[in-house]
Amino acid sequence: MLEIKNLHVKLEAEDKAILKGVDLVIEPGTVHAIMGPNGSGKSTLSYVLSGRDGYAVTDGSATLEGEEILDMEPEERAAAGLFLAFQYPVEIPGVGNMTFLRTAVNAQRKARGQEEMSAADFLKVIREKAKTLQIDADMLKRPVNVGFSGGEKKRNEILQMAMLEPKMCILDETDSGLDVDAMKLVSDGVNALRDAGRSFLVITHYQRLLDHIKPDVVHIMADGRIIKSGGPELALEVEQNGYADLLAEAEAV
Amino acid sequence: MARAELKQEATEARIATLDLPAGGKWATSVRTDALARLRAMGLPARRDEYWRYTRPETLTQAEAPAAALFDSKEPQVFESVDRLRVVFVDGVFDPAASDDLTLAGVEIERLETAAKADIHWAKDLYGVLEARGQKPVDRPLAAFNSAYATDGVLIRVTGAASKPISLIYTHKSETSDAILHHVVKLEKGAELTLLENGPAAARFNKVLEVEVADGARFHHIRAQGRDHERRAATHIFARLGAESQFKSFTLTVNGVLTRNEAVIEMTGDDAVAHIAGAAMGDGAFHHDDTVFVTHDALRCESRQVFKKVLRNGAVGVFQGKILVKEGAQKTDGYQISQSLLLDGDSQFLAKPELEIYADDVACSHGSTSGAIDMDALYYLRSRGVPKKEATDLLVLSFLAEAVEEIEDEGLRDEIVSRLTGWLARRGG
Repeated sequence: MLEIKNLHVKLEAEDKAILKGVDLVIEPGTVHAIMGPNGSGKSTLSYVLSGRDGYAVTDGSATLEGEEILDMEPEERAAAGLFLAFQYPVEIPGVGNMTFLRTAVNAQRKARGQEEMSAADFLKVIREKAKTLQIDADMLKRPVNVGFSGGEKKRNEILQMAMLEPKMCILDETDSGLDVDAMKLVSDGVNALRDAGRSFLVITHYQRLLDHIKPDVVHIMADGRIIKSGGPELALEVEQNGYADLLAEAEAV
Repeated sequence: MARAELKQEATEARIATLDLPAGGKWATSVRTDALARLRAMGLPARRDEYWRYTRPETLTQAEAPAAALFDSKEPQVFESVDRLRVVFVDGVFDPAASDDLTLAGVEIERLETAAKADIHWAKDLYGVLEARGQKPVDRPLAAFNSAYATDGVLIRVTGAASKPISLIYTHKSETSDAILHHVVKLEKGAELTLLENGPAAARFNKVLEVEVADGARFHHIRAQGRDHERRAATHIFARLGAESQFKSFTLTVNGVLTRNEAVIEMTGDDAVAHIAGAAMGDGAFHHDDTVFVTHDALRCESRQVFKKVLRNGAVGVFQGKILVKEGAQKTDGYQISQSLLLDGDSQFLAKPELEIYADDVACSHGSTSGAIDMDALYYLRSRGVPKKEATDLLVLSFLAEAVEEIEDEGLRDEIVSRLTGWLARRGG
């Protein structure tokens, strides 16, 4: 699904290297988690993959189903099937949540040469999906993320994911700012989307989220590289011992 | 020569070729008074403080600069609205294109006809609200209008008008110079929606005087658009009674020079006045909103919401003032003026002012200039919305606070469709 090779990235403004050779292969239908200390480059990886301005790729590649995505515009990556659930979803006053979602769904359909979804069909689908995420009609009507609580913003991200039906979903610290119930709700939303044709990359600081969204592979990222990969037990190890041992181990190598 | 003399000379030069329109006693009297006011003030000149950000020459010179006609297949705004049409072509009433001027609860008369009478209710308002609005700042183009306006409509509303009155200004001559003056009198508890649209003329001078009596409601939605080279100087003078409502929204797109002045006086307790504007300019576009709201009663609420989207060297101006007079306690005054600059060539000049002589009031004002929010743009694009479409969506989002001042959903949709149409016609 997603294949990242030797990815080197620096911040354009500061000429500062952030990613220093990331290699990662995510098979279709699998869930990968990335953990790592603050400043290790986890969020940068998600931004670079989704096409945010301000980062320069100095080496390496990233392909989605064999297609290079790093040269694409953000909207092209989205149409190709990539989705990033933001750590801090952006508030857009004056644009209704529903209008925003319908514009996005139809823009992607158009880009893929599909017919636009009718207003009636769209309404039917979104109502159904919103219901399972406990998003009420008022939240759909309100401007995008404006006045939403932290939990509402994250649920809104998952609703977007459910509506857009991407192939490759990246979740950037989706658990941050969530209470236990909200985390369960969000995780259920994510789990409902798991299927053989869809992959996930879950970026998180805490093992807690991975109790709900069970990963197939866990990676540890530090200083712009993936220093260790393993099964779900790796997340438990981090939870118990912190990163110190893993970092020392990596240094030694 | 001293400045005052130069001004006087320029004013005489402007009016030399004009005659006061003929009329009966009341009209002659109000026009003669207006001419005396104009002569005392002189037409605006470049160094007048009130014209600091907008050059008045092309509005005051004898000949109207030519303005090419804009050929568009696009239907006119408000087409889908059930309304009573009153059409002026280059400032001349067009009876064939207009509806019959009858509407339950409303008396509508053309100024040209009404002026022939010796006595008319409009005598108490025509030029009267304009004259009140001359203090503390001179508005000579309005006095000029009261003297020389050739036509307009006089509307007296006694009940709730069953549909909006729609003034449609068609532009057909490249050198037309139109002067229209309207008076609207809403009696106690009456209600009216007034629509205005169209480029009007190569140069357009228009005054609208509105008296909103106790408990009456006036809604005004205006779309100034289309022709790129048109020029306009417009004034609204409104006086509000107790518990009355005045809500005015203006959309301006295109037009090489537009100056919209609004002078609102709140004289009855618990009145509400909202005045809003959304302007979009691309290239040779100079748009000036000059607003003066006076609170002279208890517990009145006023809102000024002005938003401008500017690109390719377009210029936006906002001069807005809230004056709270002594004793106007519990005033709630709000004023916001903002510009969205889509490139580095455009300019927004703002002069927000508060002048308060009461001690128990809540007044706020703010003015900002900014570019497109890059985080929001990235967010939209990451969801698959192409850059151009995402930018347009953010432009609409920026204008929303002003557009939402239009209460009627159908009319609001009409305005939004104008905005989206305008954006769609432009490249990224």
